[in-house]
Amino acid sequence: MSGGAGNPILYLDGVSVVFDGFKALNDLSLIVEAGELRAIIGPNGAGKTTMMDVITGKTRPTAGTVRFREHDLTRLDEAAIATLGIGRKFQKPTMFDALTAFENLELACKAPRGPLACLRWVLSPATRRRIEGVAEEIGLTSRLGDRAGVLSHGQRQWLEIGMLLMQDPELLLVDEPVAGMTDQETEHTADLLRRIAGERSVVVVEHDLEFVRALGCKVTVLCEGAMLSEGSIDHVQNDPRVIEVYLGR
Amino acid sequence: MTPAETPAPERGTARLALRLLLMAAILILAMLPVLNQLPVDSALHVSDFIVSIGGKWITYAVLALAIDLAWGYAGILSLGHGAFFALGGYAMGMHLMRLIGTRGVYGHPVLPDFMVFLGYKELPWYWLGFEYFPYAMLMAMVVPGLLALIIGFLAFRSRITGVYLSIITQAMTYALMLAFFRNDMGFGGNNGFTDFKELLGMPLQTANARAVLYYASLALLLVSLLLCWRIAASKLGRVLVAIRDAESRVRFLGYDVTQHKLFVFVLSAMIAGLAGALYVPQVGIINPGEFSPGNSIEAVIWVAVGGRGSLIGAILGAFSVNALKTWLTTVAPDLWLFALGGLFVAVTLFLPRGLIGLFSREKRA
Ligand SMILES: Nc1ncnc2c1ncn2[C@@H]1O[C@H](COP(=O)(O)OP(=O)(O)OP(=O)(O)O)[C@@H](O)[C@H]1O
Ligand SMILES: [Mg+2]
Repeated sequence: MSGGAGNPILYLDGVSVVFDGFKALNDLSLIVEAGELRAIIGPNGAGKTTMMDVITGKTRPTAGTVRFREHDLTRLDEAAIATLGIGRKFQKPTMFDALTAFENLELACKAPRGPLACLRWVLSPATRRRIEGVAEEIGLTSRLGDRAGVLSHGQRQWLEIGMLLMQDPELLLVDEPVAGMTDQETEHTADLLRRIAGERSVVVVEHDLEFVRALGCKVTVLCEGAMLSEGSIDHVQNDPRVIEVYLGR
Repeated sequence: MTPAETPAPERGTARLALRLLLMAAILILAMLPVLNQLPVDSALHVSDFIVSIGGKWITYAVLALAIDLAWGYAGILSLGHGAFFALGGYAMGMHLMRLIGTRGVYGHPVLPDFMVFLGYKELPWYWLGFEYFPYAMLMAMVVPGLLALIIGFLAFRSRITGVYLSIITQAMTYALMLAFFRNDMGFGGNNGFTDFKELLGMPLQTANARAVLYYASLALLLVSLLLCWRIAASKLGRVLVAIRDAESRVRFLGYDVTQHKLFVFVLSAMIAGLAGALYVPQVGIINPGEFSPGNSIEAVIWVAVGGRGSLIGAILGAFSVNALKTWLTTVAPDLWLFALGGLFVAVTLFLPRGLIGLFSREKRA
């Protein structure tokens, strides 16, 4: 296990998820420290997305402990977990196609979430500037007035990252952010995530090993729902078990 | 155009043409009772029939608006809004029954005729207070709102959506219809309430009462429209659209979807209840037939025909489908249900954005 002396923000222990007898997660344990940037890699079907589903309340674990700070996530629903400060970007970019990019960012913006609060909501100049700032960061300034549904796949990836930034969560779960991005954009994303980490904790799932290397962080390798190896990118790339899993396919 | 300025479902309509048309429509609607006062031989005279049917359609338009708020924005396809409308109607009916007083056939000062006939000795407790107009109006909102709160809470909390929710609401209105048919419920059984005499000191069935009720309905329509517009233009409106299109994604942003859906569903039921309350004195009767599942479905078709997700479209749909119905039921009454079904299919296939879609060029949001 990782060194125990830190300040864990996310704590998974012995987590299993069974779908119709198939173990998508098998006794998985994982600790993420406050401010840590962590990459998760693993072959298709390893359970990476399922792990995020468990953390965000989409899927209930069959067994095991899932804690965020002192909160037991297995007892909370998606909205409550998000409100605690866990934001997520989905593997397949998901947003609200009928709304503009601006409106998508506005909905994500950290603010009271009740119906009456939303009815009374007034877009303050400060919030507008913040949305415009995020739009600049994600390169969508000129597309703010366009419906999300007409954006390209890469732009949708960016928009969802932007929504994540607007939410201002303590823990960001980012599932395959650079699929569909150009090399330059990929570099920009790595740069962005490195900047966010430190103040925030970030868990990134990615297949692109160049990108993972650029993140320069601890890497966890998942396979068949369990942790196979953990350490620096060089360490895991030279781990015979990891080589076997990746080459054996 | 600045972003975030218009609600998604109405973006892109040819706004100016629509605004002018809307203003003309409101003006014409507002003039009808005045034109009714002109001498009968005047070219501009409007018959009593038009005024009373106009007032009725306006209450239908309010019902359509309520349905569109829930369905067009939040994606809650209720096939039971006729029940909320009917409950509001019954609340008004109870008030009107209490006002009949000794003018009833049995001349009982307190009990309505049907209660005397059924051997009631005193008013059931739930009839108390209905002699007061404000209380009755309050109940016309509170009872539908409460029912929507209970049904909505159970359904939304369990994440029942789509066709399952529609079936539950159909079952609700059907169950209420059966219940109201029973004599021992204390609501007049299958005869319901009728033979109303007066409201707020005005004898009904006079031109004056007709005009007052007509304008009250028009005022309700305008106030409901402004309220719905206000919601649609707010961030709440955008949250509702987001829920309609990707409910689970909204949850991951931290929104309690159940709360938001409950809010619109209850509000929508209360608006429908008020519409029903104004409908009853204009048609002079309320009976359990108003709960029939077909009524709720018909009201949803008004919205689909007019344009789901457009508030003006919903109103337009209520007027045009009812105009068609009034015409068709005089020339070929047997054809009406086929026409209604055909209309629904045709609109779904050829005008997915409804009649209002004819005013806009952009593709549907
Ligand atoms: N709801 C579900 N019902 C049944 N099986 C599921 C469900 N969700 C995931 N699985 C299965 O669980 C396994 C793990 O899936 P998961 O999506 O977590 O993998 P992943 O590591 O994210 O893979 P990828 O790299 O392809 O995204 C897969 O075999 C998948 O088919
Ligand atoms: Mg995945």
